[in-house]
Amino acid sequence: MSNDPAVEIRGLVKRYGPKTAVDGLDLTVRRASVTAVLGPNGAGKTTTVETCEGYLRPDAGTVRVLGLDPITQAPALRPRIGVMLQSGGVYSGARAVEMLRHMASLYADPLDVPALVDRLGLGSCGRTPYRRLSGGQQQRLALAMAVVGRPELVFLDEPTAGLDPQARRATWDLVRELRADGVGVVLTTHHMDEAEQLADEVAIVDAGKVVAHGSPELLCRGGAENTLRFTGRPSLDLASLLKALPDGTQAAELTAGVYRVTGDVDPQMLATVASWCAQNGVMPDSLTVERHTLEDVFLELTGKELRA
Amino acid sequence: MSAGTFTPRPAAAPVTRMIRAQTALETRMLLRNGEQLLLTVIIPALLLVLFSSVDILDTGAGKSVDFLAPGVLALAVMSTAFTGQAIATGFDRRYGVLKRLGASPLPRRALMAAKTLSVLLTEVLQVALLTVIALALGWSPHGNPLAVAALLLLGTAAFSGLGLLMAGTLKAEATLAAANLVFLLLLVGGGVIVPLDKFPDAVRSVLELLPISALSDGLREVLRNGAAMPWGDAAVLACWSVLGLGAAARFFRWE
Repeated sequence: MSNDPAVEIRGLVKRYGPKTAVDGLDLTVRRASVTAVLGPNGAGKTTTVETCEGYLRPDAGTVRVLGLDPITQAPALRPRIGVMLQSGGVYSGARAVEMLRHMASLYADPLDVPALVDRLGLGSCGRTPYRRLSGGQQQRLALAMAVVGRPELVFLDEPTAGLDPQARRATWDLVRELRADGVGVVLTTHHMDEAEQLADEVAIVDAGKVVAHGSPELLCRGGAENTLRFTGRPSLDLASLLKALPDGTQAAELTAGVYRVTGDVDPQMLATVASWCAQNGVMPDSLTVERHTLEDVFLELTGKELRA
Repeated sequence: MSAGTFTPRPAAAPVTRMIRAQTALETRMLLRNGEQLLLTVIIPALLLVLFSSVDILDTGAGKSVDFLAPGVLALAVMSTAFTGQAIATGFDRRYGVLKRLGASPLPRRALMAAKTLSVLLTEVLQVALLTVIALALGWSPHGNPLAVAALLLLGTAAFSGLGLLMAGTLKAEATLAAANLVFLLLLVGGGVIVPLDKFPDAVRSVLELLPISALSDGLREVLRNGAAMPWGDAAVLACWSVLGLGAAARFFRWE
């Protein structure tokens, strides 16, 4: 059973009336890894996650979470997953620590509540009712509620939406700790940097389908050329450089003394260029590697800006 | 927090512990809410004191507190099981509380059991308080306490069904308005403070079929007149319970 993937989705279709939110989506999530589901608003991210959480019944396709059907085997699944909704989920009059303590009481072996309160800085919420907490405090409480039951897998729906940079980093640190301790994390986001920083695997979702899936490095390399720039003496003999580099690599002098090398930029290529410079007595000033970002990949795949 | 803090160890708590925790939280939320307290405690107590001590209502022969106390007990049940529960549950639904709890180990049946226990717990507090006030005003109750308890339970079931039906189908704001309006209308037209024989016969025969009328009349039969179990009123309440709870089970939307 523990060999099952954390999440396995095959051909998922979900419609709301005439609108198809998810349109034949496939996704496999490994255990104890961080997977970012990345896409613009309306791509079907939340629908996909809520199907995994057992809130929505698929119109077609199969969904298995930790090997279980989220609808028919919900009682067995629920204690094993942690859920952070996009918003809400707390009694408007409840205090942060009170609500967290209550969630903890629904599990047999929960985390230490005071330690978690400290870790997420919820102690400062005091006796303030939930409806008067700041957006950031509400987000942190929802995150704490998702992990307090020591789940095997957590679903975080836009966990850092509306957080200031410091709070975002604190959330990222927590996600990394969860992975280090063997907890699987599935998070939705429309922040490229969040996916790049956190995720072992990124699934780019557009119009209800996964249009690309892989590690951030793989996605950034795949199909997209990378670029290396440096400056040196004008009119260097680029033909000798190209001989030392793999086939398919291109080099050009853009303006006098500014050079661009395009191809599969990896450490080996960097070393080759550096040693060629040494042989030619060139000091390569401002040597920079320009990698394609997820943002570029996303734009190529979907023709859309992510933060539309 | 050190390495290994988050190592998975997932398991649900025993269901009795979950129900106990959920009941305690629901009751705290209810008692912390000022508007709810106004409805469930202050208004019934004020009505009891005001109309028992000031002779502005013609409540028939005998002391007016003997007429009013059973009516106010019925009102207390309605305020908690119907109005309070409808409003609270409507906002729980709107704030995603029901949704979030739906992904926790707490089964829905356990959540409903906790909500019911929380309503009953609140009613025990209300009945105790109102009884003390009524006794201080010279109330002399009669009848079998078991018949009273049975009527209160049936009334709770009837009003809970209707309250949950409203909370689970309307928007929270609509529930808030409608539940308060219904509370006011039934306060006036349900035999709580105004005897039903003050109304024209045609109107009265309709009003008698309301759950609040059946509850206040049934309680009055027992507590004032020392009657045995009033089966007619009990039957009306039972019908409302079946209809209300059945419809709530069928139409309640959790999100």
